[in-house]
Amino acid sequence: MLVAFSALASLLLIAVFILKEGVPFFFKYGLGHFLFGLTWDPQAGQFGIYPMIVASLWVTLGAMAIGAPLGIAGAIFLNEFVPRSVLRVVKPTIELLAGIPSVVYGFLGVMVLAPFIRAHLGGPGLSILAASVILGIMVLPTVISISTDAIGAVPNSYREGALALGATRWQSVTLVTVKAARSGIIASIILAMGRALGETMAVIMVVGNAVKVPHSALDSARTLTANIALEMGYATGLHREALFATGVVLFVVIMLLNAMATSAIKAGGRRA
Amino acid sequence: MLRQWMSWAGVLFLAGVLAVAGCGKQRAAFTMAGSTAFQPFAEKLADQYMAAHPDVSITVQGGGSAVGVQAALSGAAQIGMADLVTLPPEASPLKSLVVARDGIAIVVSPKNPVTQLTLDQVRRIFNGEIRTWKELGGDDHPIAVVSREAGSGTRSSFEQIVGKVKLTPEAIIQDSNGTIRETVANDVNAIGYLSHGLLNDRIKAVEVDGYLCTEESIMAGHYRLVRPIFLLTRGEPGATSKGFLDYILSEEGQSMIHSNGLIRAK
Repeated sequence: MLVAFSALASLLLIAVFILKEGVPFFFKYGLGHFLFGLTWDPQAGQFGIYPMIVASLWVTLGAMAIGAPLGIAGAIFLNEFVPRSVLRVVKPTIELLAGIPSVVYGFLGVMVLAPFIRAHLGGPGLSILAASVILGIMVLPTVISISTDAIGAVPNSYREGALALGATRWQSVTLVTVKAARSGIIASIILAMGRALGETMAVIMVVGNAVKVPHSALDSARTLTANIALEMGYATGLHREALFATGVVLFVVIMLLNAMATSAIKAGGRRA
Repeated sequence: MLRQWMSWAGVLFLAGVLAVAGCGKQRAAFTMAGSTAFQPFAEKLADQYMAAHPDVSITVQGGGSAVGVQAALSGAAQIGMADLVTLPPEASPLKSLVVARDGIAIVVSPKNPVTQLTLDQVRRIFNGEIRTWKELGGDDHPIAVVSREAGSGTRSSFEQIVGKVKLTPEAIIQDSNGTIRETVANDVNAIGYLSHGLLNDRIKAVEVDGYLCTEESIMAGHYRLVRPIFLLTRGEPGATSKGFLDYILSEEGQSMIHSNGLIRAK
């Protein structure tokens, strides 16, 4: 009981603290200037986070474009096309991926992926593409594990019914099983988006952190999380408040994503 | 259960109070805080000094140059550490002492044919006005500018000495000397700057206005990109901290600073 409430209390304290430190800045600087300003130059008193919002969206969408298809395909394959015994071995192994520290992913990105992109595709290498690929791999355990559970929960009678009606195996998977597990799969993608949006260490290492609106996937950019982590150590006064305000923006977006995931799971529960 | 837990907490608290009180009585203690560039040196110097003077206890904390100034002003630390070209105006009530100097080297990849730049060219590269290595006699590649994050002591020193720097938004930002070195070592088109002590053979320092960032050229006053490392005290240092400051400036302290990559104060 006490333990359960302590988790709730810490969430509440974090929310109150971030809002208390960050929200006054919105009024001081102006919400519009803050969200849509193009220049971030703390020394000159300019705090526009538009380039970082764009960068965060690009990186997150890129990660989803890589992680979601791979993850969902993997989950379908593990459930429908291999024996249960293989699933029992492979799934925990995939979940181990989630235990690898993000700094290790970042290190791989800096040492292997960024030089590869620089040599074969051009640009500085440390780029949105590099961050998307790394994050795409990092969200795989989230997508696969939740999707596998959702697909596994589809009653066998659905599959048997489809096959009995003369559907091929492929038709039964795509038209019946995946459709029945849709809400769980959507929830896995939304949770993975939250993970990708909130990841900091690996992203700082591979994304290059240039403060500009990116024009291509090969450009360097700075995400919201990277901005906070890079500058918090030094920031004082208005600069510090601006970083907390960046945290508020991030907090609100991730809360929205989580709420969407919860309602998607609930909607699925009602249908089934 | 709760009661047991509380009694344990009480015991721990008492033990803590006793430990702190015990230390305070037996040993003369003071705290240093600030510059992360000088922090490892301060820790080593403090260890050596405490080994020779068992009655003195020195705590070394980081936090950055700005913290060093603030801590010395507020008295949170008896000695503040700052690695800035010029001290900020709020540091004027503090007494400052230069204990070491640090060169800032301009570095490129060893595969880059460019070996020398003028200070003006450095400024224009970091401002994004010179955009390809061809304009500097190198290959026809775009320049990838690599800089530190806003607020870094190395960055503000670099920008102050070079003067009129308005960093190009294209610049890649890395958050430590070490990651700057890795980025430049891995990218033939990159240019960055880092502390003299971190130079190695994976990167190449270029001449600035005709001089390489070496100890000799810094000592002779030829190399321009040099920043002092200040230790700050509020008023005259007390007897204990004075002893430590004298030790840092002594031959033994200075040679330790020197052998680990910084430049002597004098």
